[in-house]
Amino acid sequence: MPLRDSIKGFLLLEDGTLFLGQLTGQVPPTVAEVVFTTNMSGYQEVFTDPSYKGQIVVMTAPMIGNYGVNHEDPESAGAQVAGIVVREISRSYSNWRADGDLAGWLGPLGVPILHGVDTRRLTRHLRSVGVMRGVIGVGAEATAEARAALEACPSMEGLDLASVVSTRKEYSWGAADAPYHIVAFDYGIKRNILRLFEDHGCRITVVPSTTSAEDVLARKPNGVFFSNGPGDPAAVDYARQTIRTIADRKVPIFGICLGHQLIGLTFGGSTMKLPYGHRGGNHPVKELATGRVLITSQNHGFAVKGGEDGIPGAPDLEVTHVNLNDGTVEGLRHRSLPLFAVQYHPEAAPGPHDARPLFKQFLNAVRDDVTRSAATA
Amino acid sequence: MPRRTDIHRILVIGSGPIVIGQAAEFDYSGTQAARALREEGYEVILVNSNPATIMTDPEVADRTYIEPVTPEFVELVIEKEKPDALLPTMGGQTALNVAMKLSERGVLAKHGVELIGAKARAIKMAEDRKEFGDAMLRIGLKCPEGRIATTWDEALEIAEFTGYPAIIRPAFTLGGSGGGIAYNREEYESIVRGGLAASPVSQVLIERSLLGWKEFELEVMRDFADNVVIVCSIENIDPMGVHTGDSITVAPAMTLTDREYQVMRDAACAVIREIGVEAGGCNIQFAVNPANGEMVVIEMNPRVSRSSALASKATGFPIAKIGTKLAVGYRLDEITNDITKTTPASFEPVLDYVVVKCPRFAFEKFPNVPPTLTTQMKSVGESMAIGRTFKEAFQKGLRALETGRDGWTLGARPIDDRLPDETIESLRGALRQPTPERIFQIKRAMLAGLTVEQIFELTWVDPWFLHQMKELIEAERWFQSLHDMGAEELREMKRMGFSDKQLARLRGNHESDIRRQRWAQGVRPAYKMVDTCAGEFPSETPYLYSNYDEESEAPRSGKKSVVILGSGPNRIGQGVEFDYMCVRAVMALRDRGIETIMINSNPETVSTDYDTADKLYFEPLTLEDVLEVVDREQPLGVIVQLGGQTPLKLTRGLEAAGVKILGTSPDAIDIAEDRERFDQIARSLNIRQPENGTATSVDAAVQVASTIGYPVLVRPSYVLGGRAMQIVYDEPSMRDYFETAARVSEDRPVLIDRFLEDAFEADVDAISDGKIVVIGGVMQHIENAGIHSGDSACVLPPFLIREEQIAVMKQHAIALAKALGVVGLMNVQFAVKDNVVYVLEVNPRGSRTIPFVSKAIGVPLASVAARCMIGDTLEEIGFTEEIVPPFVSVKEAVFPFTKFPGFDPVLGPEMRSTGEVMGIADTFGTAYARAQLAADNALPLEGAIFVTVNDADKPNVTSIARRYHEMGFVLYATEGTAKFLRGHGVPTRTVNKLHEGRPHGVDLMVNGEVRLLINTPLGKHAKYDDYRLRQTAVAHRVSYTTTLSAAEAACDAILALKSRRPTVRSLQEWHQMLAEEMGVGGG
Repeated sequence: MPLRDSIKGFLLLEDGTLFLGQLTGQVPPTVAEVVFTTNMSGYQEVFTDPSYKGQIVVMTAPMIGNYGVNHEDPESAGAQVAGIVVREISRSYSNWRADGDLAGWLGPLGVPILHGVDTRRLTRHLRSVGVMRGVIGVGAEATAEARAALEACPSMEGLDLASVVSTRKEYSWGAADAPYHIVAFDYGIKRNILRLFEDHGCRITVVPSTTSAEDVLARKPNGVFFSNGPGDPAAVDYARQTIRTIADRKVPIFGICLGHQLIGLTFGGSTMKLPYGHRGGNHPVKELATGRVLITSQNHGFAVKGGEDGIPGAPDLEVTHVNLNDGTVEGLRHRSLPLFAVQYHPEAAPGPHDARPLFKQFLNAVRDDVTRSAATA
Repeated sequence: MPRRTDIHRILVIGSGPIVIGQAAEFDYSGTQAARALREEGYEVILVNSNPATIMTDPEVADRTYIEPVTPEFVELVIEKEKPDALLPTMGGQTALNVAMKLSERGVLAKHGVELIGAKARAIKMAEDRKEFGDAMLRIGLKCPEGRIATTWDEALEIAEFTGYPAIIRPAFTLGGSGGGIAYNREEYESIVRGGLAASPVSQVLIERSLLGWKEFELEVMRDFADNVVIVCSIENIDPMGVHTGDSITVAPAMTLTDREYQVMRDAACAVIREIGVEAGGCNIQFAVNPANGEMVVIEMNPRVSRSSALASKATGFPIAKIGTKLAVGYRLDEITNDITKTTPASFEPVLDYVVVKCPRFAFEKFPNVPPTLTTQMKSVGESMAIGRTFKEAFQKGLRALETGRDGWTLGARPIDDRLPDETIESLRGALRQPTPERIFQIKRAMLAGLTVEQIFELTWVDPWFLHQMKELIEAERWFQSLHDMGAEELREMKRMGFSDKQLARLRGNHESDIRRQRWAQGVRPAYKMVDTCAGEFPSETPYLYSNYDEESEAPRSGKKSVVILGSGPNRIGQGVEFDYMCVRAVMALRDRGIETIMINSNPETVSTDYDTADKLYFEPLTLEDVLEVVDREQPLGVIVQLGGQTPLKLTRGLEAAGVKILGTSPDAIDIAEDRERFDQIARSLNIRQPENGTATSVDAAVQVASTIGYPVLVRPSYVLGGRAMQIVYDEPSMRDYFETAARVSEDRPVLIDRFLEDAFEADVDAISDGKIVVIGGVMQHIENAGIHSGDSACVLPPFLIREEQIAVMKQHAIALAKALGVVGLMNVQFAVKDNVVYVLEVNPRGSRTIPFVSKAIGVPLASVAARCMIGDTLEEIGFTEEIVPPFVSVKEAVFPFTKFPGFDPVLGPEMRSTGEVMGIADTFGTAYARAQLAADNALPLEGAIFVTVNDADKPNVTSIARRYHEMGFVLYATEGTAKFLRGHGVPTRTVNKLHEGRPHGVDLMVNGEVRLLINTPLGKHAKYDDYRLRQTAVAHRVSYTTTLSAAEAACDAILALKSRRPTVRSLQEWHQMLAEEMGVGGG
């Protein structure tokens, strides 16, 4: 039975494959890279994660919207995704924290929802052919207008989206009298990272992605954080010098996701686009030092080249974590500097909390550094 | 860490007979465990008393002991086999409890046996209510507020703290046995006392009620390196207060935000670590307050469970198999994901579909027992369905139950939905009480205009689920209102799981009309794979489910294939035996290079393990669902004779659709069911049947009965497990039968047979390739005629029937098989009265005795049958002669009476047993004793016996009573019997009847003075006294028998038990003996 307010809609991929469904929300065409995530819960966090900027997200979980939306779970100020594709959007919701329904929330934010789609067919297609651009349009067949829009859409490769989603001006998060001060580069930072830093006794100054190293060092931070974010890391070329300068001053550094890739690039590594990315909450990552396996939250389309044996071109970096599904680099640290980074999302949201201790690990480095500085001062 | 090399021989304990709360899922887990261990090169020793399992087939373990799963017998096996380790986590609560006893008694330490999978300390912490509560406190988790009682006085004090309702949970029992919800002081006392008695440590936890909270379960695994993964989350539709086994459940959880889910996940990881399950799996239950998200831990099972079997089937992650590998030292990341074959097992499965499990109940077998669902499990089986959406899976799950619902549909009358009438008041009252029909009452309530909010207030079913159901009603209305139904509309409805039958009803036409239109418009199901990873990685394992999306992934191999129809949800009368046969057929055909395709809806079983058949379609066993698969697969044919009534009922429909039925022809199946056609054949073969007739109205039935002469046996035609079968002694009882037990009409005829009182009964299983017929086995029933064959103990070979009568039975069986043109299996039931052999029933299909016979004779008859069905001859297979073993095998039935307090545990023509056990020995007495012990009927070796028999039995009781007296037992009887016995020289003490004052018979049993009750009921109108006595026996675990033949057999058994120390022998050793006897290897 057709959902009220729904009209026929489609998703056309750049290789010509067409998927039919029904459309609610903003009237398209909407063009973007089409990716899938296997998270079974946490759709509101996914849709507000800045790392999904400029992407049409396919949810492999078939029932979306069951628990509605609330004001506590968003990972940024608003929806970041360009569009969403689901098997079924729930017409009702139930949860004690909910204050509205998903479609009602996404509609005004300009995000089209294509539902009733054979999302498994779509996922299998993206998995076997690789992620590609697509267009969501109105109607039961692909329109010329949609095709034209698709042609005009730039590829994700070479795209600096970090500066697009980054905050324009700096802001502060956490108690002013917190024991530690962290400066966080915002390439698309998720709020849960800030919440966790706050929980660990930090005041965070969030700065725009293009802020200079000197600006940051002038604030005498106890540690510097390079955030997650969307787009091609290779295009964020301005970050490398910044990272190098700060690292050379032996300030404790922590990076997540895009931050991890930028650190890899800074020290001589290179990055590549994965065929269909890692997006979900169930990826096994092996911590090489202990052999322990962490179930991690992931959301990345690019990765640092290398593997368990190291990162080609970056002799100073040591690989600390690898993905057990495909062997890709999931974590690194500098052999002599207080710097480490992970490709996955220890802050989760959505996803399991197995890797949360990394925040503590970073804060330990920060604390050691503070103690050492005090001793030498 | 690779596998351990310091252990070589591992003992695996099974769960014993199928009982409520412990069913086929442990055949699945035990089989997986044994196979996983052997794959790793370990020697596997297995103990399980249940013959109807794949795990106890001789190929599965190195040595298989079909012995009682008790500390005493497992100790004997340990003494003999000297295993290095014991895996206690695969056989349910039974295995865990036995392992704990052996550990406590020092048996394991004495023989140097290490517990693997879960250590004694962890098991104790998880199972002991107090220790568990303390452990949860240590890791900052909340448990329901509750306290422990070990006496009634303590419980009284606790009640002041908890108030009513209060939840009572006994420690160390299975399926919540002995527990319940008490709404008042009276119920409280009875449940607490019952719970204390049921708990092996006399301990109950009494909790403040969390009625109405949402209930969730997580399946968790951990390895020695402390890696933890969550395999599956399950959400119950029925809120707290209904046992999870009795609840409709959904995977994955539907209504948790990620934040809430991750809090639960963190808690689960903390629980498995704190309890200290080192390497294996566990199941953890949570309750969540719907008003504020408050979460408490309800309990944890440090072993595989029904839920873990469900989770394995729901995700494709084989918990028992992986758990076994972890127990011998592997780490999760060293094990390959079985389904993708490319990624490691150290991950968490993600689902791109929805799974719904529906419980199947048997309250119709236990009239007068209130059908209220509580914390004590009462369901006997379950269906699972997979759909792309909740609505689709929910409707498929309900139709897969095979209870006459084609989906979420109403019963024909309010009473069918357990409502006295259609008033709002009745609805409101009913909705407050969870029953099997509540899910349908919800639909009636919605149709009657109650809002989701109102229904939520009454049921506490989460509004999200109620809204989903409401959408189904809206869809029905929309579909009904359509002028035309095109492909788009049909597809829309099919995507919500509506069956063709439901759609036909909505449009006022026939199922076949809808199907024709649907096929003409190309609206056909797609089959998608269950792949553990939501399509993220390629998968080669064809574990499939239907849906109405676009892309089908079912591979086509082009090989010759055969479809085997499974037996659907377990129920009384159709249990694991039928799954066993289906699996054996698959094994045989795979060996012959045929591609095997299994269709089944039961998540508990071996047949629905994705690596049993070449392809698994997890589908309801309805004509529609089966036809779609068959049409897609184009097999050589379909096997319908091994899955019980479920596939048999589909035969005509399949044949009409042009599907080839393998083996015995559908027409022969029809002859056996059709009274008139069968009479002709029997007459032409000179085979006698009890006088009989068929009636299609009450008056006609009375007429037939008076012609034949009472007593008569009445039953509806086409039933299994003696559903509504009764012995009727006179006309008023006959009329009463139609009032209360069965309906009769033109298309629902009843069969009426003269009842042969005091006859012997026997079962014969035979097999034919269409050329020759070979007898599989002749089983003599211990109980006399009138007791359902599934409820009667039996012995193979027969030991009291005369040779010439056995010969007549065999001749009859062979003649019938030839006349019917049987290809495959056939079962014939005989009665012998006054030296005349009567045929009672012929079933040209695999019967529930096949696994038992197969083990007794060392030939896997179902495998042989499957080969016959594809054209192999018995000659080629090498099974041309009956094997009569030189030892004795006894089968005993196991009953669920303790779960249905108040039900009269007397046996009759309606089957009520849930499972069976087997005893094998050199003599009848020992084999019977072994079976009794395995069935948990502890026979006394000394003490007092209470004899109370009806007049008809009095002449026969004397010799039995004398034997007991001679063995040193004290005999008690009520006045009449006592006088009679003393008159015949058997010293007997007189005891009061209940109304004669105290102490009376019940007092003697309650006080533990009487250890065995021999009570034969007085026909249909058994006196209240009788009923109280049997009730007391069940409640106080006093052995009892309601037939003289069983009393006599018990006598033999006691004699055997008293005369020698038991020894154990493996099935392989028994079969070796057979091979030597026959001079050849068995099958």
